[in-house]
Amino acid sequence: MIKSLKRRESELANAEKQLELLSNGIFAQGELPTFKESIHKSGHFPLKPKSLEILQINVGYMCNQVCKHCHVDAGPDRKEIMAKEIMSQCLEILKNTSAHTLDLTGGAPEMNPNFRWFVEEASKIGVRDIIVRSNLTIMRANKKYYDLPAFFKEHNIHVVSSMPHWTRGKTDKQRGEGVFDQSIKALKALNKIGYGLKDSPLKLDLVYNPSGAFLPGDQASMELDFKKALMEDFGIQFHNLFALTNLPISRFLDYLLASENYEDYMYNLVEAFNPAAVENVMCTNTISVSWDGYLYDCDFNQMLHLPVNGKVKHVSEYNEAILQNREIVISQHCYGCTAGAGSSCQGSVA
Amino acid sequence: MQKTYYDPADLKNFGKISDWNSSLGEKFFDYYNSVFKEGALSAREKSLIALAVAHTIQCPYCIDAYTGDGLQRGITKEEMMEALHVAGAIRGGASLVHGVQMMSKVNKLEM
Ligand code: SF4
Ligand code: SF4
Repeated sequence: MIKSLKRRESELANAEKQLELLSNGIFAQGELPTFKESIHKSGHFPLKPKSLEILQINVGYMCNQVCKHCHVDAGPDRKEIMAKEIMSQCLEILKNTSAHTLDLTGGAPEMNPNFRWFVEEASKIGVRDIIVRSNLTIMRANKKYYDLPAFFKEHNIHVVSSMPHWTRGKTDKQRGEGVFDQSIKALKALNKIGYGLKDSPLKLDLVYNPSGAFLPGDQASMELDFKKALMEDFGIQFHNLFALTNLPISRFLDYLLASENYEDYMYNLVEAFNPAAVENVMCTNTISVSWDGYLYDCDFNQMLHLPVNGKVKHVSEYNEAILQNREIVISQHCYGCTAGAGSSCQGSVA
Repeated sequence: MQKTYYDPADLKNFGKISDWNSSLGEKFFDYYNSVFKEGALSAREKSLIALAVAHTIQCPYCIDAYTGDGLQRGITKEEMMEALHVAGAIRGGASLVHGVQMMSKVNKLEM
């Protein structure tokens, strides 16, 4: 199993180092326009939020997997975990704001000891859509997680799971040996209780990330290919496929640099810049909360330690009116959200 | 001075061939883009055909372009390699089938 950048004591475990890399080189030399220059030209600067719809909460960086592209640098050796107190403050925000969606992510969110309590409480206050970004294998990792599908069903959780490819080879290469087979087992278990079936209200969506230094293909045709292959090979069904672009940060950035693909990849992202995608980037309707309660424009900015602009920085001092007026913090990694059809946690945006 | 005939950066500038003759250039790209749309054959199948043909005509630009295109479409390396073997089999077969002509000629000329 590979180790997290943090455990390896890689210099890329340091957010400042990543930002420096993303700002210097081809961007500082003017070979490529910075993201700020590009959105300026398309009339989208400064990037401002619309009304809040999604509260995305990263409940911890601990994970049973160590995927090569992980932007969180998550893994079994990461110990950052959200405390119950911060979760309670998040519940207050959900009660008092326009946010209708709770998007739980990690790491493997299920590994937080207070995960189930949090879901139950959110369910009680009637959050419309509770998303759990599950890596699937966690449901098979240990006996104590075997009942997760039933728990999800009980609370009408919307399950969103990563699946880089419908073949074992490509999936295991990106996410680790044995991940494909365990994911298939978990998907079958979810299907068995009604998840992902046509017309079922139990939502099961898959997320596709390219397994290398290239952009995702057309989301609709990828979805057809995924559905056909998973049905023919395993009898598995799911609802939607979200195609996500890998952002050049953290472990994916490490991979880009080590494989000498960094510059070409940035060229591709910049070349694929789509002004129409800028309007719907996810930071415009989302607030991201870190395990220790700090507020960010998105999960990517969280990993780069770029907190929201303005006075309010923490869930304990949450103030929608102030946040609504903020300017979204951007850097070159944002090109990942605006390439081609655009990319967000909900897939294409343009 | 550039030391090779091929420069990978040229691929990005392919569109510039329209600069010196826009009407024919545009016709070509219009045709090209129409060819690769979903049709009786899927865009995915067309991408694999393009990759095989690229190897047959040994165009490094097209090899780069359709390897990348294939990855973006989720085409596996096993599928790509099989497509290449189809190209290889046709190429090899095309040489060998001409052997029949050689054999007839020999048979005709030899006592
Ligand atoms: S990509 Fe997801 S499953 Fe993989 S290591 Fe990161 S958090 Fe865990
Ligand atoms: S990386 Fe974050 S801040 Fe940048 S465009 Fe994407 S969602 Fe917005």
